[in-house]
Amino acid sequence: MHHVVLERWSRGASPLHRRDARAKIAGLLVFLVVTATAHRALAEVAAGLALLLIAAAIWARLPVAGALARAALVLPFSLVFAAVCWLAGDPARGLALAIKSYLSALAVLLLVATTPLPALLSGLESMGAPRFLLMVAQFLYRYLFVISEEAQHMRIAAASRGATRSGLGAFRAAAGALAVLFARSYQRAEEIHRGMLARGFTGQLRTLAVPRFRAADGIFAALAALAPIVVRVAVERMV
Amino acid sequence: MHIPDGFLATPVWATLDAAAVPAVGYVARRAQRGFEDARVPLLGVMGAFVFAAQMINFPVGIGTTGHLVGGALLACTLGPAPAAVVMCAILTIQALVFQDGGILALGANIVNMALMGVLAGYLPFYLWGGGGRRRWAIFAGGTLSVLVSAVLALAELLISGVRMPSGVLGVSLALFLVSALLEGAITMAVVQALEAIQPGFVRRPAAARSRVRGAVALVAVLLAAVGVLFASTAPDGIERLAMQTGISARAQALLITPFAGYETAFVASGWMRKASAGIAGLVLIYGVCLLIGRAAARHRSA
Amino acid sequence: MAPLVEVRNLRYRYEDGTCALRGVDFRLEESEAVALLGANGSGKTTFVMHLNGLLAGEGDVEVCGLAVNKENLPTIRRKVGMVFQDSESQLFMPTVLEDVAFGPLNRGASPAEAVKRATAALATTGMAAAAGRAPYHLSAGEKKRVAIAGILATDPEILVLDEPTTFLDPPGQCALAELLSGLPQAKIVVTHNIRFAQALCTRAVFFQAGRIAAEGSVAGLVTRFGWDFALSRK
Repeated sequence: MHHVVLERWSRGASPLHRRDARAKIAGLLVFLVVTATAHRALAEVAAGLALLLIAAAIWARLPVAGALARAALVLPFSLVFAAVCWLAGDPARGLALAIKSYLSALAVLLLVATTPLPALLSGLESMGAPRFLLMVAQFLYRYLFVISEEAQHMRIAAASRGATRSGLGAFRAAAGALAVLFARSYQRAEEIHRGMLARGFTGQLRTLAVPRFRAADGIFAALAALAPIVVRVAVERMV
Repeated sequence: MHIPDGFLATPVWATLDAAAVPAVGYVARRAQRGFEDARVPLLGVMGAFVFAAQMINFPVGIGTTGHLVGGALLACTLGPAPAAVVMCAILTIQALVFQDGGILALGANIVNMALMGVLAGYLPFYLWGGGGRRRWAIFAGGTLSVLVSAVLALAELLISGVRMPSGVLGVSLALFLVSALLEGAITMAVVQALEAIQPGFVRRPAAARSRVRGAVALVAVLLAAVGVLFASTAPDGIERLAMQTGISARAQALLITPFAGYETAFVASGWMRKASAGIAGLVLIYGVCLLIGRAAARHRSA
Repeated sequence: MAPLVEVRNLRYRYEDGTCALRGVDFRLEESEAVALLGANGSGKTTFVMHLNGLLAGEGDVEVCGLAVNKENLPTIRRKVGMVFQDSESQLFMPTVLEDVAFGPLNRGASPAEAVKRATAALATTGMAAAAGRAPYHLSAGEKKRVAIAGILATDPEILVLDEPTTFLDPPGQCALAELLSGLPQAKIVVTHNIRFAQALCTRAVFFQAGRIAAEGSVAGLVTRFGWDFALSRK
């Protein structure tokens, strides 16, 4: 499964993995803006940017083919819009949509594949995102698979009881299943809160120290920000 | 509908990111109010629930199945601000871990689904959830939350220059309507089942002290969605309006990219001007709706 | 010697009016390990939740000489380490180390100090190697060990475990009993697992309908209340 693979990749030990999350986020944002605003010689610029990402994947000791394939998850949606644009007489735009969305997805995938999610969320917090929201996202991710498994079990249990395949009965049964899942999730949240109280929680979630932003991270951030800009300018000049 | 990166024009995603930042800060503070971090587990786990809930299929009869989107359900069980925070967290995880929705476009997706969608999902419940027509208020909430989100997303794409033949546009809107009605039905059915398990889960909205504000907010949200959609399909009208009020020139001046030299030709092109004008109108309407929405939410009893 | 826990005439009623505890008297001495036996719904879990103030009923509850009231809660929750049945809900942080450090951090320890305590606690439970892992990927036995490390990190005097062997296979149950018997703290174990109780506990009490019906050895109570696994039909 997608997230399982990304999680595994994120536990690697390459130099790119060791860079501070904030530096990588900054690099990603510059890359995304460069991609989003590109319009001249798009195919060539895209090729240059893609090479940049592939180089990063190699440096991060990630399986390149695997990464390229996983980023393609965005394509079904983009290709539909590309087709729509083509129908409306603007095929160039359709192609641009597909290319840009794929490159952007690949760049985000590289960030997540080289940064464990807690470090990523903590980096976002240092960069100004609301702490409350990020803590909710952290808990969400922690229990995402637990509750998904419960939902899966409910689905299998219902199927093995020979639940009706269609009609109002099946609709009601699905609603009932969701309600039970809701109630169980709510109860789990209460259990978690109780466990937090038992270990001295008094209202504020305290976290361990954030790793220091080192010189190497600063150098990396500068290079990562410059690289896509240089690539684009160079390609646009050449073409 | 999660918009990927590369679809929206720079003024569109930049403006929506700028609009989302204070709005998200606001709902986060509001959701936290009085609880500090004590509600983090609840909101996190309920976010996980919404994710997991998408695995449970609801048969639609024509051989297809639908699933819960969740904004309205969260709003009438947790309250609008917590629901908005949960939806923001969901969208963030979806964009990062599953690359479902872009990062630059996250502001747009948050505005569409976590803010306007949740607001549209909550207001009918706020207005009519206390009386006998409660089930239908919940149904309306579910329907409107998906409809408003989808229409806004479509409008943003159109304003960004994504071309759509009118036939395709019509079909898209019809599909949105179907999925919106489905969400309404699912939300209504789940709430009924929930109340059978434990009546306390679903809130009892306070007796209407600000019905007028609530109604105005609802109308504003609907007007925004529909209005923006019309504006996006008829950019000339907006442009004329913008030119007349002098907004357009200022909007262009706000266009900041790192490659100003390369963009000059771009800016001079006709559709860019239209897009800027359309966006200025969009921002104005969003701002008004957010303000009205805040005013309505402030008067709701806890 | 003063008892670690002293409970006199504890009564508790749920919001809907049901009586969960009808006057419970209980003592826990130092280094004791007591098993709480009894049918489901007899009040065992409700009782232990009074020991760290998660529930507040009528009667006297004293822990380490302190009355369980609002001002003493921070101290009491440090002295009483409670491990719940479902470890999944107890390990809520993204990594094992962060989770075990949760207790010390709440005490006001600096991050460095919290990490030190967490590492030591993980070493005690044999889970030092798992420090950087996500709790979701651990086995049930490993999760239970991490949960125990989480409460050991605050240096408690009493360990309370609510049905700790649920989800554990027999080897896991045995390993848990070994681990716990090696810890110096006094223990209260709510359990249905007779062999586990016998291996670990010196004394047992039997809950029945919100009261302690009897006290004695685990084996004695099992025989007295007919809790042996004896099929009436073969």
